[in-house]
Amino acid sequence: MTAIDEIRRAAGAIPDPEMPALTIADLGILRDVRVDASGHVDVDITPTYSGCPALDTIREDVERCVRDHGYEDVTVSIVLSPAWTTEWMSESGRVKLREYGIAPPRDQPFDLKPLAIAVECPLCNSPRTRELAHFGSTQCQAVRRCDACGETFPHFKEH
Amino acid sequence: MTLVVAGAAAVYTLRIADDCLVLSHRLAQWSSWAPTLEDDVALTNIALDLLGQARAMYARTAELDGTGRSEDDYVFMRDEREYVNCLLVEHENGDFATTILRQLLCSTHQLEQWQALTASTDDQIAAVASKAVKETAYHRDHATDWTLRLGDGTDESHRRMESALAALWPFTAELFESDSITHDVAVLGVGPDPEALRSEWDSYVGRVLGNATLAVPESTWRPTGGRRGLHTEPFGYMLAEMQHLHRSFPGVTW
Repeated sequence: MTAIDEIRRAAGAIPDPEMPALTIADLGILRDVRVDASGHVDVDITPTYSGCPALDTIREDVERCVRDHGYEDVTVSIVLSPAWTTEWMSESGRVKLREYGIAPPRDQPFDLKPLAIAVECPLCNSPRTRELAHFGSTQCQAVRRCDACGETFPHFKEH
Repeated sequence: MTLVVAGAAAVYTLRIADDCLVLSHRLAQWSSWAPTLEDDVALTNIALDLLGQARAMYARTAELDGTGRSEDDYVFMRDEREYVNCLLVEHENGDFATTILRQLLCSTHQLEQWQALTASTDDQIAAVASKAVKETAYHRDHATDWTLRLGDGTDESHRRMESALAALWPFTAELFESDSITHDVAVLGVGPDPEALRSEWDSYVGRVLGNATLAVPESTWRPTGGRRGLHTEPFGYMLAEMQHLHRSFPGVTW
């Protein structure tokens, strides 16, 4: 295994501070790992939301993780372009999100218009759900209720 | 400490950053005071988005003006006269109707501005804008929903929205003002001509107000000066509160 693969695997397995069921690789937050000839490691991460308060924690976690793997000389950079979208969330990330009780983002690009595809309840899989509030416990989540089982649940907003 | 910002693009990004920061702080003042738990969460979530947008634009300003200042330097170490936000964002929260209407007027403008900025010749601004567009679309939706419910609601909620509209409307003229800075950034392709955002804004806001049974007021006066550092009285009090801790304990972290 090359150094890049090793770092990518280790850093990618770091849990998201606010949704620990998912790793930063699942979410698409880990963008790039580079190692130059002198052994200096560069890691690029990207925010899911402009003001995401988890990003500083993630940055520290990545630095610590890379050092723990024996690479002392590491720089973690925050890259903004191209901007993160929910389309970067891995398929396994979507499955984990649903198992965690959060409806994953719908598989449709964000276009400023209401999305036609139903959000399925992560508990009973009914498509009959409705939004209670645009804004939830984190910036990336909305709150919905299922008309079939009556439960409220968070929904990872398309973004 | 007087901090002089050089270059039209740097002044332009500083204006956007200040708009986002000041509106963010005003919304954060609602924390634990909103009429419902959902709206406490919504207003503070919107505040957090705006704070993130402000941070990105302060960071870009520091690169463009070449001073390498930190985000905290811009936020905590400038006096009132050095802030270049528009007057609308600093308007006091008032009642919930005033805050919601301020959100409708501001977020509609910000959404159009961010959309235009996704095509900025400045790659960093374009990158920030492409994320901010999506966030701001949610902000506008939230304000639109509440404007409809309150405007077309009870006699009391309608009356409060009418009164909020009369108080806030004059401050909207400043959003579309041009000066040498906006002229220069438009020529450089860094940002849109403010006037170009006017017709879309008029159309959206007019439609929402119409559906909310609210009449667009006649404009009587057009307060201005925010972009030149001339602010309304409540802004000084807001800054004093916001900067107090940092100035009392320079360099404090937590």
